Amino acid sequence: MLNFVDTVQDAVAGIKDGSTVMIGGFGNAGQPFELIDALMDCGATDLTVVNNNAGQGDQGLALLIRKGRVRKMICSFPRQSDSWHFDAKYKAGEIELELVPQGNLAERIRAAGAGIGGFFTPTGYGTMLAEGKETRIIDGRGQVFETPLHADVALIKALTADGRGNLVYRKTARNFGPIMAAAAKHTIVQVSDIVPTGGLDPENVVTPGIYVNSIVKVA
Amino acid sequence: MSSETNQPAALQSAPEPLGRDDLARLVARDIAPGSFVNLGIGQPTLVSNYLTAEQNITLHTENGMLGMGPAAEGDAIDGDLINAGKIPVTELPGASYFHHADSFAIMRGGHLDICVLGAFQVSATGDLANWHTGAPGAIPAVGGAMDLATGAKDVFVMMTLLTREGASKIVEACTYPLTGVGCVTRVYTDKAVFLTGPNGVTVRETFGCTLAELQELVPVPLTAAVP
Repeated sequence: MLNFVDTVQDAVAGIKDGSTVMIGGFGNAGQPFELIDALMDCGATDLTVVNNNAGQGDQGLALLIRKGRVRKMICSFPRQSDSWHFDAKYKAGEIELELVPQGNLAERIRAAGAGIGGFFTPTGYGTMLAEGKETRIIDGRGQVFETPLHADVALIKALTADGRGNLVYRKTARNFGPIMAAAAKHTIVQVSDIVPTGGLDPENVVTPGIYVNSIVKVA
Repeated sequence: MSSETNQPAALQSAPEPLGRDDLARLVARDIAPGSFVNLGIGQPTLVSNYLTAEQNITLHTENGMLGMGPAAEGDAIDGDLINAGKIPVTELPGASYFHHADSFAIMRGGHLDICVLGAFQVSATGDLANWHTGAPGAIPAVGGAMDLATGAKDVFVMMTLLTREGASKIVEACTYPLTGVGCVTRVYTDKAVFLTGPNGVTVRETFGCTLAELQELVPVPLTAAVP
């Protein structure tokens, strides 16, 4: 069921404590700052957040972490020059980290959206990130079993939605948006523009509206 | 060749060690025309400065783009158009955008010809350590390093041969946590270019040293590469 909502507050109102929330973006590109701010204001806590990074600077996901709303981060690259809020929480033992190679992160998200029960990949084989995981030799290469990564909610940013919830993105801000939209039970999208049904060329739609639940226009 | 420690006549040698830019120029020259290439963050990014239009190289960035152009400046800076190091970049004619799972399928599916990475250590059999020192309290961050190391057809490493303390970064077995097993095919350093593989380490050329002098620095057996 697709809803167009008027405010980011309405869009995130149903997010419960303890939820697993996927947040789109690679660094700041594609990060849905307004939805994250609304999530902060709604007070939901004890969250597991899936994002490539663990916040940068003093905005968005970094603030959600600073305020102690995130119990666990699942990400590939938490440590950056400006990831001080995550760094402090991690060193204080106040946040759990599941570190996932970036391609495994993307493919685990994709697998969840596609109904795949898991997959074997050479990425990580023979490294500490494969410790304790099932391995096989396939076509002569060591491979590691990885499981799908589901979420209760996805918060993503797109450029334009049409009346059916079809989405297009902008440049490298696309990144995790399309696969997170498919992997979450409830996908909330902030867009810069909403056009009438038929306003997007069907040949150019990147995320079909079937994956989208709530859309909010952000100025 | 009378012995492994004598300088073979065939081995190319330059009089001085190579600086970072000369090394980047050398790597760029060795990339075959028409290749699809991913340049890692840091020193490997310098390689793009020396790729020529005639080489017709397509650069991939793992956050979802083929056809990446040079770093953006001034009005061209666009927060939606960044590279894997989160630096604003530009797009070239013929560029394409795709989502993260497709971008990593490009790597993991063996479609990239070459990736160029930095390293802490490379072992005699091409194991790579470049993501984590393993030091107590260090926050681990892996990004796309493991996918690049295992996915690209050729994995080139660029690094100084020695640590600040003078230890060789080419080692019998890596002591830092591994990024990938047996994945490195070539190592470009300031003192030599090494080829790595299941048969050990061979030296393609040296810079400012003889093979014998190089062997004094590197704790694995070195032989001259067959040209």
